[in-house]
Amino acid sequence: MRDVHVSAVADAVKKLCMEANWNLEPDMLRAFDRALGRERSAAGKQVLTILKENAEMARAQQIPYCQDTGMVIAFVELGQDVHVTGGGLYEAINEGVRQGYTEGYLRASIVRSPFDRVNTGDNTPAVIHVDVVPGAMLKIMVMAKGGGCENRSKYVMLTPAAGLPAVKDFVIECVKTAGPDACPPLILGVGVGGTFEKAAINSKKALFRELGSPNPDPTLDALEQELLERANRLGIGPQGYGGDTTSFGIHILTYPCHITSLPVAVTIECHAHRHKEVTL
Amino acid sequence: MPVSAGADGIKDLRTPLSDDDVRSLKAGDRVRISGVIYTARDAAHGRLAPLMEKGETLPIDVKGQIIYYTGPSPARPGGVIGSVGPTTASRMDKFTPALLALGLKGTIGKGYRGQPVKDALRQHTAVYFGSIGGAGAVLSQFVKKAEVVAYEDLGTEAIRRLEVEGFPVIVLYDSHGGDLYQDGQKVYARENA
Repeated sequence: MRDVHVSAVADAVKKLCMEANWNLEPDMLRAFDRALGRERSAAGKQVLTILKENAEMARAQQIPYCQDTGMVIAFVELGQDVHVTGGGLYEAINEGVRQGYTEGYLRASIVRSPFDRVNTGDNTPAVIHVDVVPGAMLKIMVMAKGGGCENRSKYVMLTPAAGLPAVKDFVIECVKTAGPDACPPLILGVGVGGTFEKAAINSKKALFRELGSPNPDPTLDALEQELLERANRLGIGPQGYGGDTTSFGIHILTYPCHITSLPVAVTIECHAHRHKEVTL
Repeated sequence: MPVSAGADGIKDLRTPLSDDDVRSLKAGDRVRISGVIYTARDAAHGRLAPLMEKGETLPIDVKGQIIYYTGPSPARPGGVIGSVGPTTASRMDKFTPALLALGLKGTIGKGYRGQPVKDALRQHTAVYFGSIGGAGAVLSQFVKKAEVVAYEDLGTEAIRRLEVEGFPVIVLYDSHGGDLYQDGQKVYARENA
């Protein structure tokens, strides 16, 4: 067994939250450059240029890239030979969020109840998913997930007879209905298969793959490229002002499913795709 | 006086806005706003609504003013404001026609709005501007002063009075029925998407 103290977890999460909001990852910066090389719309090019400038300013001034600093979604890979000491793992992650959002001048965007809507004041709690894996490492992946795009995420239970064509149409329909509300260029996480909740979780997990990297499954990779081309023919463009860059990427993650089922979940992510990870 | 564009093609507007100011704006116009604008989003609108229903005085006089749908991130010590980009405007659609009826001349946000809002923009001669969603760091530099004027307990959702200088926006919906989203997207939409 390897001991990992909760203070190390909290400290790591605190840094991830601040860094995610201040410093867009290189995969996102490359996506802006690729899009600028292709985009025909003058308004679209201008938006992309300003967003690049926004990323530079956020980094230089340690000010959040977007004022919606998101709800923290943490995917944890907990090695089964790791022993977390000094307290609970979930509370340690939330403590990191609390410190990161307070000390980093990040916005508190979470209400304690969906009904009474009272702000918790420190952006806790996070949504935490833990996978137990072989080994003695503890990997923490954090996403600061914006609300505007999350509100356009969708789920459908299709029939096996409807099949792949219906999956494709649903994904494209999601891009259309997201429109400018979700701050395009969008990134889509698509979970197909599993159950109601498995598809939804996979739609989030899919977003952690490096943007622009190929899907390890060649069939899915071809499907992703096809959907991306279709999405970018919609004409919505950066911010919905019209243009060729409606989406930066579509990531698909599948799971086996029941003979009756074809669940599809689509998480809509905005261009403020703030994700960071660390291995302890 | 109708607003005309500067040498760079960008129109300069100063608040409060007159009907003439608003009428001279067309969907797609780039605009720099200077003067005072007010922030309000979901929770603040939720508190304004019952006051409007009862005909009571609002904590801000909206006549000729602009409401910016945003919840800024906190300012660093000594700073004016944090990141300050727009939130999705359609969540405020339910409240917007009543505010326009009271003389509000503009809103700033992002995303599509419902037909009742479009109709109210024409009826009351008002305009819907867009600022770039997710460009909150860049936008913060145009805010020169910020103070909470109502509902401080709402935190980021409080109503703030912002003094802005050259705050960059684009006209999304004008008072004549013009719609930048429709105009812009049809140019790039290709068949069989």
